[in-house]
Amino acid sequence: MNTENVMKWLQLFTDKVVENKVYLSDLDSAIGDGDHGANMARGTTEMMAALLAKNPETPADIFKLAAMTLISKVGGASGPLYGSAFLGMAKVAKNSDDIVVILEGGMAEIEKRGKSSVGEKTMLDIWGPVIDALKAGDLSIEKIETIAEATKNIKATKGRASYLGDRSIGHLDPGAVSSAYLFETMIEAGVVS
Amino acid sequence: MKKVINQPEDVLNDMLDGLSFAYADIVERVPETDVVVKVDKEDGKVGLVSGGGSGHEPSHAGFVGRGMLSAAVCGEVFTSPTPDQVLEGIKAADSGKGVFLVIKNYSGDVMNFEMAKDLAEMEDIPVEMVIVDDDIAVEDSTYTAGRRGVAGTILVHKILGHAAEKGQSLEEIKALADALVPNIKTLGVALTGATTPAVGHPGFVLEEDEIEFGVGIHGEPGYRKEKLQPSKELAKEIVGRLKKEFKWEKGEHFGIMVNGLGATPLMEQFIFTNDVKEILESEGLVIDFKKVGDIMTAIDMAGLSLTMIRLNKEYEEALKASVNTIAW
Repeated sequence: MNTENVMKWLQLFTDKVVENKVYLSDLDSAIGDGDHGANMARGTTEMMAALLAKNPETPADIFKLAAMTLISKVGGASGPLYGSAFLGMAKVAKNSDDIVVILEGGMAEIEKRGKSSVGEKTMLDIWGPVIDALKAGDLSIEKIETIAEATKNIKATKGRASYLGDRSIGHLDPGAVSSAYLFETMIEAGVVS
Repeated sequence: MKKVINQPEDVLNDMLDGLSFAYADIVERVPETDVVVKVDKEDGKVGLVSGGGSGHEPSHAGFVGRGMLSAAVCGEVFTSPTPDQVLEGIKAADSGKGVFLVIKNYSGDVMNFEMAKDLAEMEDIPVEMVIVDDDIAVEDSTYTAGRRGVAGTILVHKILGHAAEKGQSLEEIKALADALVPNIKTLGVALTGATTPAVGHPGFVLEEDEIEFGVGIHGEPGYRKEKLQPSKELAKEIVGRLKKEFKWEKGEHFGIMVNGLGATPLMEQFIFTNDVKEILESEGLVIDFKKVGDIMTAIDMAGLSLTMIRLNKEYEEALKASVNTIAW
């Protein structure tokens, strides 16, 4: 992990979110309020503009600037959740370049901010299994897609989809899908091999 | 999608500029923000701030002014405002006695407002808050994020606004708010979905002869779809569910608010109000406060909601006090 490939990672992530803006909002319309795509596309675009304007020197600085932009530009539940995740990553990245430890720092902040844990049909159902796969040394794009697909079978107990109870089963979680993009592009950018 | 807009991404900015131009004697927009603040600032009183996603007009900016909100923070359509914006709202509302936040119970709103509360406290502004969860459509259980906050939130603005106006302290307002919220309950029915400008098609579709009970103000699915039926039948279902929640006795005093969701004409709202009145009279309730109109909309959704509040003298007096806002 270095400054160059982390910048490339967030650029690829932004591209993928913008490309799939309508799809993410459609997923959100099914079990939420239909704004996930628009919010994430706006937030990541602003994040990338800030990163290119300020050119942070270390991965920790990149994560921190990403966090601040996402918190102030996304809105909804995704803003504070992704913002807190990157803030957690920034804190750990100051003293470590181990991506597993950094992602664990990010995940801890998501859990704290969302008062949530794995198994509630949220973005954490990507973060947890992805970190586990990284530790086991078998993370791949296919594996991430399988993990994302598995959120279909979970009953939501947190977030807006929780109001649907059993009827949330059978739908992909939009936050889990955008987090899947984050980890797919992490591989594509060479941050992990 | 047929809407009088320019670019979907400019909707919020264009709307706030128009609103603050039209009602410049009551509100102004804080420069460089999406915060609407009342013009006649009064020092030495607790500031009252609410807000949330846009698309619920006249909520919340329409209730900014003397006797109600000090400021409203306006997010993108159906999207919670961000912590930095909420902080701007808190600062605009603060006159030295602290600021009270009224939050509708949605994960995004709660997280963003809580982050803003932390930021404000770092700047030595005392902040207290209440989360409104008046929508009884959703089962209240440990397996959901709780119940949603909907139209009843405006009655909270009105009653807390009166308390702040009278000079009550932040602690007194917090105690009042905590006692008040359980006495307010709402249930709605939708005839159509809502179309957000950024998406361009309705979030859900109901057939020509179909209605849905319990739909949320962002188009969240409700609890039951049925064939279209007369207003009387809708009133029976909605009042029946509210009765189960309130467990009221004959002779109790209540207030009612019939709220249009955006595309339902006042004609229909009054017809429904009349049906509600007949049922409540047969229940033996005393209705001391009534309000009808578009209070908390869902953009262009057709449908309405009924909010009921179990009254005491204090709430009644607060609801009837005069205010100077755009929409009360």
